[in-house]
Amino acid sequence: MSDMTTSSSGWAPNANGARRRRTDKLATLLGMIAAGILVLVLTSILWTLLSRGVTGLSAAALMKPMGPPGSGGGLANAIIGSLIQTFLALLIATPLGLGCGIYLSEYGNRQNRFASCVRFVSDVLMSVPSILVGLFVYQILVAPFGHFSAFAGSVALAILAVPIIVRTTEDMLRLVPIAMREAGAALGATRWRVTLFLCLRSAKTGVLTGILLALARVSGETAPLLFTSLGNQNWSFSLNRPMASLPVTIYQYAGASYEDWVQLAWAGALLVTMGVLAINIAVRLSARRG
Amino acid sequence: MTLAPARQPDKVSVPETREKRSRADTAFQAIVGGCSLIVLIALGGLVLLMGVGGQEAFRTFGLGFTFRNVWNPVANDYGAWAPLFGTIVSTLIGVLIAMPLAFGTAFWLTAIAPPKVAAVVGTAVQLLAAVPSIIFGMWGFFTIVPFMARHVQPFMMHNFRHVPGINLLIHGAPFGTGLMTAGIVLAMMIAPFMTAVMRDVFSAMPGMLRESAYGLGATRWDVMWKVVVPWSRTGMIGATVLGMGRALGETMAVTFVIGNVTSVGWSLFAPRSTVASLIALQFPESPAGSLRLSSLLALGFILMLLSFASLSLARMLRKDRK
Repeated sequence: MSDMTTSSSGWAPNANGARRRRTDKLATLLGMIAAGILVLVLTSILWTLLSRGVTGLSAAALMKPMGPPGSGGGLANAIIGSLIQTFLALLIATPLGLGCGIYLSEYGNRQNRFASCVRFVSDVLMSVPSILVGLFVYQILVAPFGHFSAFAGSVALAILAVPIIVRTTEDMLRLVPIAMREAGAALGATRWRVTLFLCLRSAKTGVLTGILLALARVSGETAPLLFTSLGNQNWSFSLNRPMASLPVTIYQYAGASYEDWVQLAWAGALLVTMGVLAINIAVRLSARRG
Repeated sequence: MTLAPARQPDKVSVPETREKRSRADTAFQAIVGGCSLIVLIALGGLVLLMGVGGQEAFRTFGLGFTFRNVWNPVANDYGAWAPLFGTIVSTLIGVLIAMPLAFGTAFWLTAIAPPKVAAVVGTAVQLLAAVPSIIFGMWGFFTIVPFMARHVQPFMMHNFRHVPGINLLIHGAPFGTGLMTAGIVLAMMIAPFMTAVMRDVFSAMPGMLRESAYGLGATRWDVMWKVVVPWSRTGMIGATVLGMGRALGETMAVTFVIGNVTSVGWSLFAPRSTVASLIALQFPESPAGSLRLSSLLALGFILMLLSFASLSLARMLRKDRK
């Protein structure tokens, strides 16, 4: 507020009308250009993906596993690998994130040092470079066992997903009116019942949104998978072995000098982007309706 | 939702002793507290392991490791300065481009665009923020890099080759890859994110202030510059710092477009490398227990500190405002 008074002391709105209107027009124009640039970038990305990706996106690409250049390989094992690792990651991250979010909102008031510590750490984890998460998981789950594994990849993705779930769960539970908790307690319900069956239930949509957003964020991640699940040319369903994933395959194929690999990379990129954007749009639509 | 309270009584009317019930509550608190503890340990472990893994590099080269300008796997001689330089400069370029973009977009969306248009453009910007980083990398590699190589760099060379000072910044063969390209791609990545935060900050301002200014006859830009900006200055800086934190650790997008040469120099158009891109490229070929691996982990530790510092700064600014 002090800022306001100082800046308004030298400010006379009625002076220099013409000049102020000109500045306003110029600012409007520049703002529109800025917004236009961002929209243009999105269109350019989508256009590039569509124009280059659709040609590589055939039934063969979706059904066949990866293969050496020129052999007509596809992306099937990478797609399935991505699905397995992402869902395993969510399976790990959801209970952890929910638990942590519940703790922060129900038990973590301002006096609780431990809670504010956890809140800070969760914030840090949300912004930690994803490649460092990959390095970390490499050191705890790959190096000691001597081999890359899909499980390690899932854990790396889970570490990225947890803070998002924690944040939305805490925020959504805090929105539940205190009267709801009091009503539950007045009926003789224990605290855990109130939390799980009243609060969590009424915050269901918001919490689900958080989980979906975490899914969207995680399914395009490449860096944490490079040193953990590594990628695999063949079919593999074992969590104990390297597993292919779409983002890593894109990374390997995009820089290759074989025409068909680059084409597959674009097809994969199109798939990943469409998936991620579809989740985001679905979340936004349901949020608007809710 | 409305049914839940009504159904609650017959659920809890099962006779439970007070002791049993309090035990269940304690167990519940222990479980959710345990989840929190795991999250806490995860980050602690992350920082610790980076530090421990990089210990050997710091022991061999001393703390000066950070500022040694050498990265020579053949001679087994490493220093962090070249990738660190690349990280810092590409991030700065990215933030410098992204800041006006995000500010302009947020201004236009909150104050000028008709609500329906603002909704569409706002959604587009948020979708852009959700595009995975590897897609930005590919897009940058196949569209920005050729554009820089064919148009921007030749243009710069032609017009500014003889201007002292600037000629140093644009020196180099037109590869298209380099710090400038990386900065541009980073800017496009972080600008939508910064826009979203700035929009939140702008619309958090009490409407009364805005309306009073309009009532005094202010133009929309007057309101923006003289009322909204002073009111939300810390929030805007916080948004910028958060965007900077993202740019610092960005891996995939940068790896595609920076050219990956470990060197330091004035030219913004020369290929360089960043901490994250160097880790992504060299980690797979570094044998376990080698000095090279340790140096990469030490780099990771430094990057961790950088991103930690930027987040703490952003949080401090946010607290300031409250």
